[in-house]
Amino acid sequence: MNRRFSWFNATSLTIGFAFLYLPIVILIVYSFNASRLVTVWGGFSLEWYRSIWSNEQLLGALRTSLGVALVSAAIATVLGTLAALALVRYGRFVGRTLFTGMVYAPLVMPEVITGLSLLLLFVSLGVDRGFWTVALSHTTFTLCFVAVVVQARLVGFDRSLEEAAMDLGATPMKTFFAVTLPLITPSILAGFLLAFTLSLDDVVIASFVTGPGTATLPIEIFGRARRGVSPEINALCTILVGLVTVVVILASLVTKRSAMARAT
Amino acid sequence: MASDGKSVGKGVGTSVGDGRLGRLLVPAVPFLWLGALFLAPVAIVLKIALSDATIAQPPYLPVFDWSEGWTAILDALGALDIENFALLTEDPLYWRAALSSLRIAAISTVLLLLLGYPMAYAMAKAPEKLRPVLVMLVILPFWTSFLIRVYAWIGILKPEGLLSALLLHLGLIDEPLAIMNTETAVFVGIVYSYLPFMVLPLYATLEKLDATLLEAAEDLGCPPWKAFWRITVPLSLPGVAAGALLCFIPIVGEYVIPELLGGSDTLMLGKTLSDEFFKNRDWPLASAVAIVLLVIVVGPIMVYRDIETRRMERAR
Repeated sequence: MNRRFSWFNATSLTIGFAFLYLPIVILIVYSFNASRLVTVWGGFSLEWYRSIWSNEQLLGALRTSLGVALVSAAIATVLGTLAALALVRYGRFVGRTLFTGMVYAPLVMPEVITGLSLLLLFVSLGVDRGFWTVALSHTTFTLCFVAVVVQARLVGFDRSLEEAAMDLGATPMKTFFAVTLPLITPSILAGFLLAFTLSLDDVVIASFVTGPGTATLPIEIFGRARRGVSPEINALCTILVGLVTVVVILASLVTKRSAMARAT
Repeated sequence: MASDGKSVGKGVGTSVGDGRLGRLLVPAVPFLWLGALFLAPVAIVLKIALSDATIAQPPYLPVFDWSEGWTAILDALGALDIENFALLTEDPLYWRAALSSLRIAAISTVLLLLLGYPMAYAMAKAPEKLRPVLVMLVILPFWTSFLIRVYAWIGILKPEGLLSALLLHLGLIDEPLAIMNTETAVFVGIVYSYLPFMVLPLYATLEKLDATLLEAAEDLGCPPWKAFWRITVPLSLPGVAAGALLCFIPIVGEYVIPELLGGSDTLMLGKTLSDEFFKNRDWPLASAVAIVLLVIVVGPIMVYRDIETRRMERAR
C-alpha cells in the first residue's frame, strides 16, 4: 500500500480517536466536579467518591457484580477451554455440528433473547432467582467467548512438541498438563479476562434473570442513568474504568514478560 | 482424573480406564452445559411463542405436565398454534418495530463505514512502528464498559449538557439542542459503541493490501483517487462485508442504547420484546418477538457464511 501519510489521513485519525476518547475523558473529569450540574465547573472535589463510599446500595451492587464476575469467569474459563479442545482436537464426533452451532450461536444472539430464554428456563424449573441464576447465565454466554479465544491459540499450535513428549513416554494426560496447558495459558488468561469484563458489563441478561435484592452494578447504573446523569455515577464509572484499565495493562505486561521469558 | 504415574512408558493412545473417561468428558461437559442452558431455553421460548397467553402463574397455556403421562403431553402439543405470529403480522406496531430496527441498523452501519473506513485506511498507512499502538487505542475502549460509554453521552447530549453549552457559547446555536431522546442520539450512541467492530476488520484487510498494485497503477499514470476506487476499494470489500455484518447484526437486537438515549418514539425489536414481557406480561407474544428477532439476526449470518464458503472455494 502507498505509505505517504496525507493530511487527510491525519485528520481522520484525529477525529476518530477524539470521538472514541473524549466522552470517557469528559466523564472522568466531571466526576471530580464539585458542582452537581454538568455544565458548571465548581472546582476540584472528591465529594462524589466519598458519597459512594457511604452508599450501601451501590457498594452492595459492586460486591454482587464482582462476585458474579469472578465465579462465572472461573467456570466459563474451564468450560470454554474444554469446548475449544473439543472443537480443535476431537475431529468428528456425534453431534459435532450441533456442538459447533451451540458454541458460536450465543456470540451473535441478541442479549434480550438470551436473557428471556434463560429466565423462562429458570421459571419453568421453579428455581429461585438471584446470585446463582445470574452467575450461571453469565457463565453460559461468556464460555463461548473463552472457547473462541482459546481455539485460535490451539489452531496455531505446534503439535510436534506434544508428539515429542509422548515419544519420551509421557501419558496423554501428563502431556496435556506439562506441554499443552502451559503453551495455551496466555490465551486461557485472556479468555478469563474477557469473560470477567463481559460479566461485569452485562446489564440486559442480568436484568432478566436476577431476583429481588440481587442487583448487579450495571443494573444499578442503568436504573439511575434512565433517570439522568448524577455525579455519583460519574465517580463510580471512573472507578470502573480505572479498574479495567489497570487489569488490562497488567495482563498485557504479564503476557509480554512471559513472551520475553520464552524468547530468552 | 489424573493417573499420571500409572501408564508412563506405554506410549501414545494406550492409556486406559479413567484416561478414556477424561477424554470423553472434554466434549461432554461443555456439550451438556450448552444443551441445558442454551438449547433448552431456546426450545422453551419457541414452545411458549406457540402457546396462548393467560392470567395465571406461569402466564401461558398449555403447560407441559410430565406427571400426567404421554397423552396429556400430546394434547398439550396439539394446543400449540401460530396465533402469536399471526398477531405480529396483523398489528402494524410490530411491523414498524421490525422495520425500524432494520432501518436504524442499516443507517448506523453506513455511518460507521463513513467514519471507520478513513480511520482504518489512515491506520494502514501509518508508519509500521505506530500501527500496533493505534490498534491498541481502537481496542482499549472496547474493554471499558459498554454501559458506561453510552452513559457518558447523556451528559454531553442532553439540552443542558456539554454540547449545547459549547455551541451556545460559540454562538452557533440560539437555543439548547434537542438531540437527547431522539433517533439522532441513538445513532450517535450506536456509532460510538460499535466503531471498533467496524475499524478492526477494515484495518485487517487494508493492512494486507499489496502495495505493488498501487505502485503499478501509479507507474502507468493512474491518478491516486482512481487507483483508490479501482484497486483499494474492491480489494477491501471482504473487510467491508465483515465489518458491516459485525455491526449490523448486534445493532438490530440492540436494547441498551435506544433505552438510554432514544425517546419513546424510537421503536426497536429489543425494546418491544422487553415491553411485552415486563410491562404487558404477555410472555407468549414476547417469545414470538424473540423468535422473529432470532430469524432476522441469524438469517444474514447464514447468507454471509454461504457467500464466504463459496468465495473460499473459488479462491482454491
